[in-house]
Amino acid sequence: MSPAEEQALRASARNGWLLSLPALVVLALAASGPLLIVVYYSFLTANDTGGVIRQFSIEGWRSIFLSYDIFEDRYTLADAHLKIFWRSVWLSLTTTALTFVIGFPTAWFIATRPPSQRALWLFLITIPFWTNLLIRTFAINEVIRNEGILNTTLLWLGVISEPLRIVYTETAVLIGMTYVYLPLMVLPLYATIERFDMRLLEAAYDLYASRWTTLRRVILPIVKPGIIAGSILVFVPSLGAYVTPRILGGGKKMMIGNFIELQFLQGRNWPLGAALSVLLLIIVMAALLVYVRVANRDRSAGHG
Amino acid sequence: MGVSLADAVTISARNVVKAFGQGSGVVRALDDVSVDIRQGEFFTLLGPSGCGKTTLLRLIAGFEMPTEGTILLDGTDITTLPPNRRPVNTVFQSYALFPHLTVAQNISFGLEMLGKPASEVKARTAAMLALVKLEAMAGRKTSQLSGGQQQRVALARALAPQPKVLLLDEPLSALDLKLRKEMQIELKRLQLETGITFIFVTHDQEEALTMSDRIAVMSAGKIQQVGSAKDIYIHPKNRFVASFIGETNFLHGTAEAGAIRLATGERIDVPGLPAGGEATVSVRPEQVRLGLPSDGLKATVRTLVYFGTDTHCHLALADGTEVVARLQSPASGEAGLVEGQAVGIRFADGAVQRVED
Repeated sequence: MSPAEEQALRASARNGWLLSLPALVVLALAASGPLLIVVYYSFLTANDTGGVIRQFSIEGWRSIFLSYDIFEDRYTLADAHLKIFWRSVWLSLTTTALTFVIGFPTAWFIATRPPSQRALWLFLITIPFWTNLLIRTFAINEVIRNEGILNTTLLWLGVISEPLRIVYTETAVLIGMTYVYLPLMVLPLYATIERFDMRLLEAAYDLYASRWTTLRRVILPIVKPGIIAGSILVFVPSLGAYVTPRILGGGKKMMIGNFIELQFLQGRNWPLGAALSVLLLIIVMAALLVYVRVANRDRSAGHG
Repeated sequence: MGVSLADAVTISARNVVKAFGQGSGVVRALDDVSVDIRQGEFFTLLGPSGCGKTTLLRLIAGFEMPTEGTILLDGTDITTLPPNRRPVNTVFQSYALFPHLTVAQNISFGLEMLGKPASEVKARTAAMLALVKLEAMAGRKTSQLSGGQQQRVALARALAPQPKVLLLDEPLSALDLKLRKEMQIELKRLQLETGITFIFVTHDQEEALTMSDRIAVMSAGKIQQVGSAKDIYIHPKNRFVASFIGETNFLHGTAEAGAIRLATGERIDVPGLPAGGEATVSVRPEQVRLGLPSDGLKATVRTLVYFGTDTHCHLALADGTEVVARLQSPASGEAGLVEGQAVGIRFADGAVQRVED
């Protein structure tokens, strides 16, 4: 390489950094900055009147897993906290599964409409986004509560003799989250199904595959990128969900999001809240790593 | 192939009608088509786009159900059998290879679906890879292959389950000319080696003539003529077949016993033609012979077009009817004719064929 070429290369590298500077600044201020503050707060001492005392402590992190028993003067495993974590993960996984089960046929339906109709169907899918989440959640509550539309209808039809107790249960939270996050599953699925070559169905069918086998061996492996994208888009916000479990779970079926809020407001324990926030982040990252790893292993293993 | 099997019918379409659309917009893609395709033959459905050839293929594959009529496979009615239960495989125009599977996995797909034991799947897949000379590509993804290689994978995939009939839907149309010629030879070899009945759809008459045992020429949802390449070329049944397969001259006139009288008053011998009414005959350009003006039909040379191996001489009869003669180019390249020259036209023995309109 000639010196002139080297110089040109260096100049273009320098320009590249300069051009990406705005993005780097935004990332530093908006992403890393607040995150670092949260990590910093999680290692400070709680102030009983709110806020923190600037003094190093690991109490915030310890109290996630262990609670101090004043009578026996020792730490015991914080069952209540672990239960909240478990519930959060479980509800988020179930929500992801439910949105897939409902979202896949929906996305398939839209993608197989004539191109002129697809925009309309997608538009209908996005309509719920126009209204505030809080209002939509109260609307769900109106449907499923004891004297709500669902129970009144079922009672009137004689299907049930007394109202179903759905509201303030995990089922209510699941219904709410599935409803709220469904579009996030449908849209990426639609994007991959729309690109799916429908002639492959005829090829599979021609090669003696049944409809079910075609779904399992041809359609699902090919639209997997959409499934992964949709699952991540649903799972991540589900794990940190706050409004839905608060309203439909009635404060009894708490998820991590509600638990964090509790620490910052009534609990007056900011370090614990901050530690919980960081932990939530770690859980999400771990889940994503596992998910991507499993997805890639499936791909390379194939069907041989 | 045993000689005794040569005439056994594998696929039989009986009075098949396929209509698309509803009410007044109904289009009959196939209009009362009946055809018998024999065991082990290379049968070609030839016609222009929209003639119904692909529809007939899709009915045999089971992707569509006929509106009327039946389709038999080895004498059994398969009209309503779904594609995954017919021992018939297809090579698609777009190949439709599974992008998430390797070459070997694509080929073994059908065998696995049939529930063949793993050892057999492996052996058949290896045999198929060898048959299409793709052993070295077994582990590749199909997207990493060239068009010709993808074509071979599609063939191997469809042949692997040893179907009774292989359907090929314009499989060579995406390839360039040189590759297409190679694949034509390859296809013919595969058909002879496997002994499987091939039903080949194409709009390319040359492809049809060079590869097929028999050809069905289709137009407007109907089969116009079925026969060997020679049959169809030498004895075209009607104007459509005569003009679709190769080039031809049509001469129109009044039928007299054993001859046709043109508008110019001249007579051409057509052995066996009954007298009465109008008639049209077809003469291939290479069967037109030129001589002295006193010899045969009087004509004038209009234009000469040099094609290398031969020269096309466009002539006009006394009433202006155009006749094209294909003359072998002499070594000098000069046909020894000039525009405006008066010549006489004769036709080779047996070259004049009566055709229906």
